[in-house]
Amino acid sequence: MSVLHFSKTVLKSLFGKPATLMYPVQVREYSDNTRGQIHFNGDDCILCGLCQKKCPAGAIKVSRDEQKWEINRFRCIACNYCSEVCPKKCLEMVNKYVTPRIAPDSVETFTSPYVPPSKKPAAEKGKTISA
Amino acid sequence: MPNRTIIPFGPQHPVLPEPIHLDLVLEDEKVVEALPSIGFVHRGLEKLVEKRDFLEYVFVAERICGICSFIHGMAYSQTVEEIMNIEIPERASYLRTIWGEYSRIHSHLLWLGLMADAFGFESLFMHSWRIRETILDMIEETTGGRVIFGTCKVGGVRKDISNDTLQGMVRKTLELEKEIREITEIFIKDFTVQKRLVGAGVLTKEEAYTLGTVGPTLRGSGVAQDARTLGYAAFKDLDFEPIVEKDGDSYARCVVRIREIFQSIDLIKQAAAKIPDGPIDVKVKGNPEGEFFTRIEQPRGEAIYYIKGSNSKYLDRVRVRTPTFANIPAMVKTLQGCDLADVPVLLLTIDPCISCTER
Repeated sequence: MSVLHFSKTVLKSLFGKPATLMYPVQVREYSDNTRGQIHFNGDDCILCGLCQKKCPAGAIKVSRDEQKWEINRFRCIACNYCSEVCPKKCLEMVNKYVTPRIAPDSVETFTSPYVPPSKKPAAEKGKTISA
Repeated sequence: MPNRTIIPFGPQHPVLPEPIHLDLVLEDEKVVEALPSIGFVHRGLEKLVEKRDFLEYVFVAERICGICSFIHGMAYSQTVEEIMNIEIPERASYLRTIWGEYSRIHSHLLWLGLMADAFGFESLFMHSWRIRETILDMIEETTGGRVIFGTCKVGGVRKDISNDTLQGMVRKTLELEKEIREITEIFIKDFTVQKRLVGAGVLTKEEAYTLGTVGPTLRGSGVAQDARTLGYAAFKDLDFEPIVEKDGDSYARCVVRIREIFQSIDLIKQAAAKIPDGPIDVKVKGNPEGEFFTRIEQPRGEAIYYIKGSNSKYLDRVRVRTPTFANIPAMVKTLQGCDLADVPVLLLTIDPCISCTER
């Protein structure tokens, strides 16, 4: 039984560096693996809609007709599943956190330059569903 | 007969950010009876299995609990793999073991901090969490998330750790072990801590067993029961013994958790030394058909997963029995006859996680 067990830790805390970051002055560096947010690279996107179908949170919406790719950042759970299933690898996880927004249902919209051929896409889409 | 008073405890209480309500029936300062009620944060996650396909549901399973999240995902994946007769690669099961043990360390350090806060040792609380932060950083570097790892999937794991990184992690963890020992010595030896914990909320071996307690609560009462001894993941190749303390009081439960931190560090060391090279996942074909029960050891005790599928990509049923649910009767038992001032400490000794109990 002793009462001075904490003294070593106390002395370390007194003379050591603080354990916390002086946040706004010192910015925390995230590791390369940190799942921050999904980055969309529209150039390669073929609007296949796999990401929308696989998203467990229903955060992604792909509109083939309007050539739009939409993400609701607040619904996204940063699981990285969409970037794993993307056949063109145009989705990637970046280690930067989402900036705050005011509207809770704000949706980020991106346009894709991909123009779907008139008949072929329907057949392709059917294929991915059965697989 | 003295007057009886009923004091409401929770669902909002400074000591416990968990939504459990207790009606404490008091005679003077002594608790005569404690009536628990839960049901404040039911999210219907088990029902969600009908809306998410079985490969996606692992993300939902991980979110059942915010602390033992990885082990929930692992239990779910293990159960589906058993139903579908999938044999995952050795490396994947070792990685699951390593991450599982890291999550046990961070959960126990979190609990130690909360415990220190409950008995009024604020600085000890902050030091426990300071150490926990280093563990969380290591987890973030390897998985990408701090508490929601998101690395488990049906058929293996989603991320690999290179052998160099793994050795670095082990080295860092062994360095951290000294710091953890320094902090936990205070829990074990300090006079004021002992005053609050020794002899508080005694649960005998028979009581603990008949009330169906699990995890450190059961092992603190002298029953050597640990689901890891079943040998799931890589535990079959690792050398360890369940940690048991005999006294059955709050102090014993605290010591079990402290010793388990060092046991987990040892298990990580062993696993990192034995981990084989090779693939980390196998391709999953078809849909699950059949049913299976899995027992798995979480930081709070043994969790049970029951899954039933009928050859569809949507499962029929997922049932989770979380350790806190099994420990509530024991908690009510220990509260009987205690002082009102001891209620927060006794409540915390079972390490309650109400959100995962309700799902």
